[in-house]
Amino acid sequence: MNPALPWNLVKDVQQLFVYPFMVNAIEAGTTVALMAAVTGWFVVLRRQTFAAHSLSAMSFPGASGAALAGAPLPVGYFLACVIAAGAIATGSRTGNRRNPSQQSAVIGAVQVVGFALGFLFLSLYGGVLENLESLLFGSFLGITTGQVRELLGVAFGTLVFFAIAGRPLLTVSLDEVDARARGAPVRMLEIAFLLVLGLAVAATAQITGVLLVFALLVAPAAAAREFTARIGVGIALSVVIGLLVTWVGLGLSYYTNYSVGFFVTSLAFGVYLVSRASHVLAHRREALGRFEAVRAAVS
Amino acid sequence: MLAPEDEETEASSSTAQPAIELRGVTVARAGRPVWRGANVTIEQGEFVAVLGPNGSGKSTLLDLLLGLLDPAEGSVSVLGGSPGRGEQIGYLPQRHAFDQTTRIRGVDIVRLGLDGTRFGLPLPWQNAHRKKVDGAIDVVGASAYARRPIGECSGGEQQRLLIARTLIGSPKLLLLDEPLDSLDLPNQSSVSALVDRIRRERHMTVLLVAHDVNPLLPYLDRVIYIAGGRVLAGRPEEVITSETLSDLYDSPIEVLHTSDGRLVVVGLPEAPAHHHDRHAHP
Repeated sequence: MNPALPWNLVKDVQQLFVYPFMVNAIEAGTTVALMAAVTGWFVVLRRQTFAAHSLSAMSFPGASGAALAGAPLPVGYFLACVIAAGAIATGSRTGNRRNPSQQSAVIGAVQVVGFALGFLFLSLYGGVLENLESLLFGSFLGITTGQVRELLGVAFGTLVFFAIAGRPLLTVSLDEVDARARGAPVRMLEIAFLLVLGLAVAATAQITGVLLVFALLVAPAAAAREFTARIGVGIALSVVIGLLVTWVGLGLSYYTNYSVGFFVTSLAFGVYLVSRASHVLAHRREALGRFEAVRAAVS
Repeated sequence: MLAPEDEETEASSSTAQPAIELRGVTVARAGRPVWRGANVTIEQGEFVAVLGPNGSGKSTLLDLLLGLLDPAEGSVSVLGGSPGRGEQIGYLPQRHAFDQTTRIRGVDIVRLGLDGTRFGLPLPWQNAHRKKVDGAIDVVGASAYARRPIGECSGGEQQRLLIARTLIGSPKLLLLDEPLDSLDLPNQSSVSALVDRIRRERHMTVLLVAHDVNPLLPYLDRVIYIAGGRVLAGRPEEVITSETLSDLYDSPIEVLHTSDGRLVVVGLPEAPAHHHDRHAHP
């Protein structure tokens, strides 16, 4: 798989769709990028990147547990992530208030227990996890049609959740006391969000690997927030960035033979850097404008 | 010992009914009484300050009116019915500053006051909604910065936007928990004047929790003073006197009048967290 690059963009793109494995990779990548970008926007808003990170790490106990039980790998992923999300949701409140410091302690505890269990499962299993590398760094290119279908299902469920509960979740995230006084089911929304996050992370990790989940989950949303403070535009921009990064990454990988994970992550990081730079520049220009206005008024 | 008063709920259609009525109310948190035996009547359209030391149960009073807390004793009527009347009450929680990294526009925060707790697909802005949002932002004079990220607005600007959020549902009762806290003196005066103007224009009853009564004095109809596990309500000149406050705090307190009409309360005990314990049996 090392076709020459004829520098004809139309043909190059057409060639991407010749092989079924590439079609599957593009479909899976698109699905995951879309879901991760929307979920990630809420993760960044709610400052729950640590929770997201720990949930992605649950792929390790998930994978080794699945190997031990002889169950399919994705079952292990989803089960481990959802159990961990439930544990984080139940443990991170004092009374009826969200408690950020307690939450990060609980997340740390959940993470370390997850690793310990993963190690235990692995030693009980007695073998080596065959696809350790794809566990860590993802496997864009070995995706089956069945996997694509399963990812589509998870993505659909996730997006339906945000379509229905996104607005109250936003209200709760911005001002919990106000939301509670207005009768929003604060606790239920928080638990539901963590469970959805667990599902989304488990799905994303299958494609990007545990270590690169943030490339699609956090980077696009974080970059979008630097570009705009509008809610709808921000979510849409996050999706656009996620999709572009995935597509360009897949294409580059196809033609260069370097890993998809590397390209997707570097591109996502690059977009984030650009977003920060543009934010800083915009502020500097604004400050300069104010300064000039004051100077004009004085003289 | 809950005493439901059915006659009262039935009389809710009369226009002269009080906005808030507390009869012999005792509230408790975690089994400990916060304050007891409160009898308070607030007429519609009144501007009321809720005063008292930290931990005396001012926010508890708001929770009671919001229906987040049931009275341990006595009866509570809000706008002629039971507490927690949803859209009829505009509530501003105790200072919750958006830090610099909150990249959500003020106008969107205000908008969430309208339908933010509703489930369902958020449709693009409708004209009627836009009008309401712009109207509320106009009233508080926040149009100039409503489209900036709220994290980049100053404390006073954020407070005006949050007041706009409470106004958006056209409530009949405003409950503002320490909206003047952490504002500088000019902003305290202008926000007080703003709240007074709005409640006159919109015929609303306002309960405002505050530490310092002075910025509010020109506008107040009534004062609710909570201290030592007791609740006193009355006109400011009746309540904020040396005799009344000395009795309430159970220690000598002097109220001085400055030449520019300000009140200075001297001799307040250091705000104790559980001051009411000593007065469990007054």
